[in-house]
Amino acid sequence: MSVPHALLALLSEGPKYGLRLQSEFEARTGEVWPLNVGQVYTTLQRLERDGLVETSDGEGERSRKRYRITSAGDRELAEWLRTPPDLVPPPRDELVIKVLVALQVPGTDVHEILQVHRRHVIEVMQRYTQVKAAAGEKDVALALVADAELFRLEAIVRWLDAADVRLKQRQRIAPPVTAEVPLEPTQTMEVSQ
Amino acid sequence: MTSALELRHVSKVYGSGPTEVHALRDVDLSVERGELVAIMGPSGSGKSTLLTIAGSLEETTEGQVLVGGIDLASVSRAEQAKMRRRSIGYVFQDFNLLPGLTALENVTLPLELDGIPSKGAREVGLEALAELDVAERADRFPDELSGGERQRVAIARAVVGDRGLLLADEPTGALDSVNGEAVMRLLRAATKGGVAGVVVTHEAQLASWADRVVFLRDGHVVDQTVAPPGPESLLAAADRR
Repeated sequence: MSVPHALLALLSEGPKYGLRLQSEFEARTGEVWPLNVGQVYTTLQRLERDGLVETSDGEGERSRKRYRITSAGDRELAEWLRTPPDLVPPPRDELVIKVLVALQVPGTDVHEILQVHRRHVIEVMQRYTQVKAAAGEKDVALALVADAELFRLEAIVRWLDAADVRLKQRQRIAPPVTAEVPLEPTQTMEVSQ
Repeated sequence: MTSALELRHVSKVYGSGPTEVHALRDVDLSVERGELVAIMGPSGSGKSTLLTIAGSLEETTEGQVLVGGIDLASVSRAEQAKMRRRSIGYVFQDFNLLPGLTALENVTLPLELDGIPSKGAREVGLEALAELDVAERADRFPDELSGGERQRVAIARAVVGDRGLLLADEPTGALDSVNGEAVMRLLRAATKGGVAGVVVTHEAQLASWADRVVFLRDGHVVDQTVAPPGPESLLAAADRR
């Protein structure tokens, strides 16, 4: 979440005080992203330094300053909205690594490992769904935030499901090497590379 | 307290000899009134078999099924049929509305089959349609309704009267995710009103509307979720970030 750009977006509606920016930010993100007032003012300071916002009330206490977006800020916001987020997968997805490792550990039922993670992810999904259910159908901002998390989590469940099927098919074609075949030291060296 | 639905050591075998298929193996499950339970599992894990057995549409090979405390095996076929009409509501993937009947007639059919005079059935049916926000479509035929409306009518038919158990097999069918969510909201609301609900689905997002998710694999119950700790925990997690 880019807090600076979220603040620019709120200011694109018109000049606002810092406290109002904080409460609007929380309301519009379905209150799933709490933001403290200190964060708001540090971000505003940086935006002002970069010429993306300006204050209309000059000097004095920060809470008395009203912030307005500059034309450079407008351009920055427009550009950011159209910049694709980083979709390159992280080089090491922790869950993928755990499953790959589980395949190597003798006596480990990889399907059981997959199920542990599936249950955990679905429990987290249940919590997001509860948030949506409690908010009712009218709170669109909250629904959008919850949906984004739910679709991301659902993708993990689908990956786990696919892994389950793939590994089951593999077992049918070639039964896994069991502990009856002792591993030679040279083989473990290969694994550790 | 008597559970709305209880499966005790239920097994189901189709065929025999080399073609024998164990669809369910020693399944224990109980669902209370007010609770929505989702059954998840891959294709062929026994999800749909579990639902048809719970709804007395099929018999078990071994074990007992109790609906509202009554052992289905202990009552006559006629009694079972009566229970299916009175106590159990079904929602199917493809809605299964009768095309020659209006929305309201589809809803009142089980009541009338049960001997309730049509005027009374009409009132109760309209009430159910109103609760699902489709009362103004009561006199339309299924092919005049949108997918979402058809599904609402199907749910109205499943909850009409005093049903204690609501069974749904992939109830959001081919609806998009937002309309699918609306269906799950309705099922959840119906269960919060005191009905026990069991939903079979392979979609995690739909399952996440349930109070409890039970995982089936090769006919076994292998796992289930524990009661979610409540949405506050998400805010706490966000704070820690």
